[in-house]
Amino acid sequence: MIEIISKIDASASVVPNSTPFTILVSPDKLIDCSLELHTNKDCYFDQLSCVTGLDTGTNMEVIYHLYSIPFNLSLALKVILPRDNPRVPSLSSVWKSANWLERETFDMYGIIFEQHPDLRRILMPADWEGYPLRKDYKEQDKYRDVQVKY
Amino acid sequence: MSDINNKDQAEAQKEDPSSFAYKESFGNSGVIVTKADNLLNWSRLSSLFPMTFGIACCAIEFMSTGTAPYDMDRLGMVPRATPRQSDVMIVAGTVTFKMADRIRRLYEQMAEPRYVISMGSCSNCGGPYWQHGYHVVKGVDRIIPVDIYVPGCPPRPEALIGGILKLHEKIAAESLLRA
Repeated sequence: MIEIISKIDASASVVPNSTPFTILVSPDKLIDCSLELHTNKDCYFDQLSCVTGLDTGTNMEVIYHLYSIPFNLSLALKVILPRDNPRVPSLSSVWKSANWLERETFDMYGIIFEQHPDLRRILMPADWEGYPLRKDYKEQDKYRDVQVKY
Repeated sequence: MSDINNKDQAEAQKEDPSSFAYKESFGNSGVIVTKADNLLNWSRLSSLFPMTFGIACCAIEFMSTGTAPYDMDRLGMVPRATPRQSDVMIVAGTVTFKMADRIRRLYEQMAEPRYVISMGSCSNCGGPYWQHGYHVVKGVDRIIPVDIYVPGCPPRPEALIGGILKLHEKIAAESLLRA
């Protein structure tokens, strides 16, 4: 897999001791790598089963879990983003399922997915303040005049 | 004669309010003597229609309450699919802030007199989400008035029926005529 990806993104590297097998790619090459993984006849990753965000305190990460139904292969792609103003291109043009999964990641971490067709909150109310799974998240005192804290 | 009647009435009122009208009718050859308040309350508490409405795992216990082993129907309770035909709202589950507006709206659509049973720890006080659950309303009584709280996580159907019987007692003590 790393051979396929390193043809597109020379800086791609394998994350050691990762399960499933994880490849770190640069954000600007993410769409090209995904398209190749999706269409290459040797892997054919036809399913994007999970998109998850990660706030490490110093960086934002986005991890894409891919699955190939014909070859029974699992693969994860990881991108590392700056913590302030994290932006990454949307994969919804490659896998339809990215649409809602990226909306969830946006909802919880505030990561902007560029060229996303409909980047709105999916779980929290539309007028909620802040992104709950960030390390520095503080919930608001009141939501529509109802106290949030116990 | 009036002495006997008064005595009967006084005794009947001490008993379970849902059965006194029958007992009186046996004692007086089918003639029922009662207060209008009692009659109204007896009819109201004997046909409490709950709203078909559940928001988390407590709803599973609420559904169990409606099944044959617990048989909610024997209390005259038939779930209605619209708030406009419902007398009681059983808030069965975790109330999130996103759901809170919907619950308040459903409550406002119910016709008075209306009652609310808060079922389970989540809707009583936030339950396991009380500390870190940023998305959970810490008690449904912060958005709508609650008549009966049923503790448990989730409460068994027996507990919910206990709460319904408590609500019966509350309704029996009310007066629609004397406001």
